[in-house]
Amino acid sequence: MQSETAVIRRRDLFSLIGAMAGSAAMYHAMMSLGFASESTYKGPVRLEGDPNGASVLILGAGLAGMTAALELRKAGYKVQILEFNNRAGGRNWTLRGGDTFAELGGYKQTCEFDRGLYINPGPWRIPYHHRALLDYCKRLGVALEPFIQLNHNAYLHASRAFGGQPQKIRAIKADFQGQVSELLAKATQQGGLDETVSKEDQEILLQALRSWGALDSDYRYNANLVSAEFRGYAREPGGGLSPEPLPSDPVTLSDLLRSRVWRYLQNFARYSFQTTMFQPVGGMDMIGKAFAREVTDLIRYNAKVTQIRQNDRGVTVSYVDTTSPATVLHATADWCICTIPLSILSQISIDVGSRMQAAIDAVSYAGSVKIGLQFKRRFWEEDEAIYGGITYTDLPIRQIAYPNDGFNRAGRGVLLGAYLFETANAYEFTAMTPKERVASAVEFGSLIHPQYKQEFENGVAVAWHRVPFTLGCSGEWSDEGRAKHYRNLCQIDGRIVLAGEHASDLPAWQEGAILSSLDAIARLHERVVKT
Amino acid sequence: MKANLIVLRAGAALLAFLPAATGFAQDSAAMRPTFSSDYRFVEMTGEELFANVCQGCHMPDASGAVGAGAYPSLIANRNLATSSYAVHLVVNGRRGMPAFGDMMTDGQVAAVVNYLRTHFDNSYTDVVTATEVRGARR
Repeated sequence: MQSETAVIRRRDLFSLIGAMAGSAAMYHAMMSLGFASESTYKGPVRLEGDPNGASVLILGAGLAGMTAALELRKAGYKVQILEFNNRAGGRNWTLRGGDTFAELGGYKQTCEFDRGLYINPGPWRIPYHHRALLDYCKRLGVALEPFIQLNHNAYLHASRAFGGQPQKIRAIKADFQGQVSELLAKATQQGGLDETVSKEDQEILLQALRSWGALDSDYRYNANLVSAEFRGYAREPGGGLSPEPLPSDPVTLSDLLRSRVWRYLQNFARYSFQTTMFQPVGGMDMIGKAFAREVTDLIRYNAKVTQIRQNDRGVTVSYVDTTSPATVLHATADWCICTIPLSILSQISIDVGSRMQAAIDAVSYAGSVKIGLQFKRRFWEEDEAIYGGITYTDLPIRQIAYPNDGFNRAGRGVLLGAYLFETANAYEFTAMTPKERVASAVEFGSLIHPQYKQEFENGVAVAWHRVPFTLGCSGEWSDEGRAKHYRNLCQIDGRIVLAGEHASDLPAWQEGAILSSLDAIARLHERVVKT
Repeated sequence: MKANLIVLRAGAALLAFLPAATGFAQDSAAMRPTFSSDYRFVEMTGEELFANVCQGCHMPDASGAVGAGAYPSLIANRNLATSSYAVHLVVNGRRGMPAFGDMMTDGQVAAVVNYLRTHFDNSYTDVVTATEVRGARR
């Protein structure tokens, strides 16, 4: 005889646990049964207990630093922030018309985009499972809109395949599914799977392959109106007496494999990039600005940290005002949360133990380049019906990303004309002048969109190794480096704790910066209220 | 005499004359951008590697740059006296310097280190070999 609990539905079980033991118990029960959020974020941090007037000095007014400032002040700490730039936000940054930016080496650019147009040189998309960042957006009133990662009508492009012609993502995806399905159906029908799949399951498998791969009744992937509904038509369905729809010709398996465009399909499958993704309305820096509104009275701008000292009584940080660097200034506090990127912190004298110092010195910073291009008209929409999303290519520009706002509007538009991350090309573009980068992006992009040459107006290029406040894009951990150094980097060393994307398992993501900060302040607060 | 020149060249006042003085002509093939097709660099000579990789941070005249942190000047740089130190830095990275060991062959690392040690007012005549670079890989 079955017991009562064995047949109870899981949802009922959760409400039962919730009612009897409270929400925390329900959460743990859901986690153990594979439900609930994968995020480690458990809602707004609760720092209970009195810090007794303790003071905290935060280095860096990026998302990690401002998260710490906002929460610690709320918990009763005396907080001050030193920030190198003359603005808050750090890598949370948007370039608009009129903005100027000087990179290392003295190359200065002025963004000439039209009103309302922008690029995000740093982070540009937010996965739905980045719960901490989304929660702060909600609490701080930052409006979000969809970020389109997969647009079936954007392109996959290989310079030495298909005569250099870009292919619709829709067609490549359908053809890959269709050709693989046909192959697997053939293997099934020829008995190739007899040892691993039961006869009954083979029947279901064939049905599934036909449904998923758009196969015909003979389990072939052919040009017909069924496959056309997946990969697109040679002549689209119309109305009245207009000509009847015509199917398009699938790419052969061999052409598909040798083109290697299949390697881009994972950009639509990986957890980090799955729908739904978001972007702030009006630019990514809306987040940094919203944080800054909360803590701006705590921030000292133009402060370049030169030395970090600690003893058993407190922390003293030396810094100079970058507008008058001759005078060394000092800031003191009981505790210090340092969010300075390791590429810079490793060059600053800091009183920490040898293990943390070794960790600070060990992390390379990724090369990355983004180039924004303004065009006279939104030709990708007008001529090619591409509304948002990303084209992937093996050209040195690697990606062309279309704006996810202002759809179907007349007038100018801005494309992300290149996005390089951790490749040889990222270094090669960094080594160029901003003007050369923009010119190259236009040259390469015109191989995908011939309209470029006619419609291009102006551009800006940000190479992260030349950005004065980071000297690189993000912490680039190797597996060995992480195994050896990560925990040492995250420990509280006396009165100093580090935070930022580099001190997280989500490097280069804003969520990593916030989760790192929340974890650091929770541990720090525990220590403060206990002593 | 040599020492005086080094001091002067490192001074900001003379920077404008540097390209001519150190002999990197703008029409040199190595100065034109090269684009690799994959994770690894296709540039093979020290000159090409410097112009397409190193100068991104160390700048076209190798004078380095200063922001919140700094990229060191490679002009008359005494740290280049010991070739193994430069090889180690290029291969394994350290602090602001990324590790290029996976992106360059032993021959490429040797080429760029040899180039640096014989240009920008560095004149170290002992040559680094690819075999020595292999020894620096961890």
